[in-house]
Amino acid sequence: MPDLSGFEHQLLLGLWMTIRLALTALAIGLVLGLAGAAAMAAPVAPLRWLARAYTTIIRGIPELLVVLLIYFGSSVLLMRLARPLGYTGYIELSPFVAGAVALALTFGGYASEVFRGAFQAVPVGQAEAAQALGMGRIAIFFRIVLPQAWRIALPGLGNLFLVLMKDTALVSVIGLEEIMRKAQFATGATKEPFTFYLAAAVLYLGLTIVSMSLLAWMERRANRGMPRARAS
Amino acid sequence: MTGLRSTTLALAVAAATALSAGAAWAQDTLRIGTEGAYPPFNMVDENGNLHGFDIDIANALCAQMERECTFVIQDWDGIIPGLLAGKYDAVIASMSVTEERKQAVDFTDKYWTNKLQFIAPKSVDLDLTPEGMAGTSVGAQRATISAQWVEENMPDVDVKLYDTQENAYLDLGTGRIDAVIADKLVNYEWLESDAGADFEFKGEPVYENDLIAIALRKGNEDLLADFNAALTAIRENGTYAEINAKYFPFDIY
Amino acid sequence: MNIDVMIAALPKLLEGAWLSLQLLFISGFFGLMIAVPLSIARSSPRLAVKALPYAYIFFFRGTPLLVQLFLVYYGLSQFAFVRESPILWPVLKEPYWCAIITFSLHTGGYIAEILRGAIQAVPVGEVEAARALGMRRSTTLARIVLPRAARIALPAYGNELILMLKGSALASTVTLLDLTGMARTIIARNYMPVETFLMAGVIYMTITFVLVRGLRFIEHRTSAHMRGRPTGPDTAPPESIA
Repeated sequence: MPDLSGFEHQLLLGLWMTIRLALTALAIGLVLGLAGAAAMAAPVAPLRWLARAYTTIIRGIPELLVVLLIYFGSSVLLMRLARPLGYTGYIELSPFVAGAVALALTFGGYASEVFRGAFQAVPVGQAEAAQALGMGRIAIFFRIVLPQAWRIALPGLGNLFLVLMKDTALVSVIGLEEIMRKAQFATGATKEPFTFYLAAAVLYLGLTIVSMSLLAWMERRANRGMPRARAS
Repeated sequence: MTGLRSTTLALAVAAATALSAGAAWAQDTLRIGTEGAYPPFNMVDENGNLHGFDIDIANALCAQMERECTFVIQDWDGIIPGLLAGKYDAVIASMSVTEERKQAVDFTDKYWTNKLQFIAPKSVDLDLTPEGMAGTSVGAQRATISAQWVEENMPDVDVKLYDTQENAYLDLGTGRIDAVIADKLVNYEWLESDAGADFEFKGEPVYENDLIAIALRKGNEDLLADFNAALTAIRENGTYAEINAKYFPFDIY
Repeated sequence: MNIDVMIAALPKLLEGAWLSLQLLFISGFFGLMIAVPLSIARSSPRLAVKALPYAYIFFFRGTPLLVQLFLVYYGLSQFAFVRESPILWPVLKEPYWCAIITFSLHTGGYIAEILRGAIQAVPVGEVEAARALGMRRSTTLARIVLPRAARIALPAYGNELILMLKGSALASTVTLLDLTGMARTIIARNYMPVETFLMAGVIYMTITFVLVRGLRFIEHRTSAHMRGRPTGPDTAPPESIA
């Protein structure tokens, strides 16, 4: 263990904040992704355009800019939007919420493409067969289509989660005390930037390794009962 | 909002609307925005606690006003947008009173006076004229009066803007930049530390009309009056002098 | 929304965009230079050869770009030998080169992984055919494998360029006035975050759009042999199948 001058505890607190932020953003992002995929397949054209515009914008704008825009712009924008609805109170987002929303927007933009592809890959015949058996529409979606689409979407979503976890570092710029921010505080006090940013890098690598093993386990679970494509 | 020509006015109106609605709960807890990266005025220790001159003054003022206060840590370049958006009610973060900021926020009376002064390595002679400094690189914190001063008065200087003052010192320490311009007292603190041992003040302060005050959203007259009354009170009852002596061997009011 | 503010910010933002483009293209080029040997070594069946590129790629893909940038910019200057080196310091002193070095190393790791996939996707029969014709291994690599892999990797490389454009916004954290840095500096004066950031966003979108179009054009040009030949002057060329 290298000498971290008493800042170990602070770095671990930062790690915990990073994990909470990533999981919160993931939860919101999955919902956004599903909604985006549904909108892309919607029979109403404006919904499709909206979904298309959303994914295009998210693909074209830096994540850092999204984080800064959501954080600094959210209160002003939300209040402007809420006033015509008769709500004149004030609305604020903490760095945590602003960061989670910004990262979720990014995740959701890419995830809607992943979900769209996955739903398309589930053969229509499956839903038709379930319908012939007398299953309801909701039951068909949750018991037939979603489990199969999930299996197909999982590797893509896993990659997006790994990206999301690294993007949490950007939220340090708006002051959330996650790993990077804690490392910055330590750097100011000790004048040892290399030591602390390397420590931060090790923590992120650890998160990546743990997430990759979890994802591999989830993929194995989702694929149980499926014939292997390759002989090896 | 679209029709308004004055941009700062537009935001001020938005903020004022927020404020009138927020007045009900504002009576309970006063939320104070500060940066936490500006020693010795406001900084965070290894336990994550805020302390420093600004924090002590803020606590003294809150005690004087008999109000409960909580602190919100906010990066410097978002500190005014954060105030306008209502993330907190007052900024006590050693903010200079400027004409530009006055268009967006209200200021209390000063609670200390800042001077800007250059620091550089002891081994180097700096000619602090616009011509003499031409071609050198000078570090300053983004969105500060120091940054503005050097941009306006020394146009041929290569100004490097940092997110935190700490990062500017880190780069001065390694020789990546030739000098740092910052508040005299902030520089004083760094020169006193181990890292600042080979550095010194250069020349006289270049700017001495820099009044430091508490920023509030516009139109918050009651809170403004309360703060000013509390400031006068702690000046008179010796609390201010006590806090001053804790950080500096000279009067900074 | 205040259009006046957005227009007033435009000239400075375009100045910042020019720096973003420099960072993008210079590191995109150096990243490719780093990625080619890395991906060849990474594709080797021998553990001793592929271990180092594997670790490199794992580090640069497994940690945030911001950490990498701070390690290079603030981190390396912690060491006296770096600061006293007459070769390293003049380069590492400049935030511009620190950003380019970090972005190149970072994107190099990603491009190497793309190229590795592409090298493995080159049909084995083509390599066997080249060997059967008496080509040496190095000639086969240079004349058959790499050109084929380059074409296969092109769309993914394009995606990586766009991701790198977005990543270049981090240059603003090390004093550079790229598009994002310029926007943040303007906001320090005008206190109008929504308008200023949206204007910056529009410029990023425009650059992305032009990049996507440009890459699609190159893909089209390099897949001529895969498209059907027009049978007459009235026949429009069929869509690319790539």
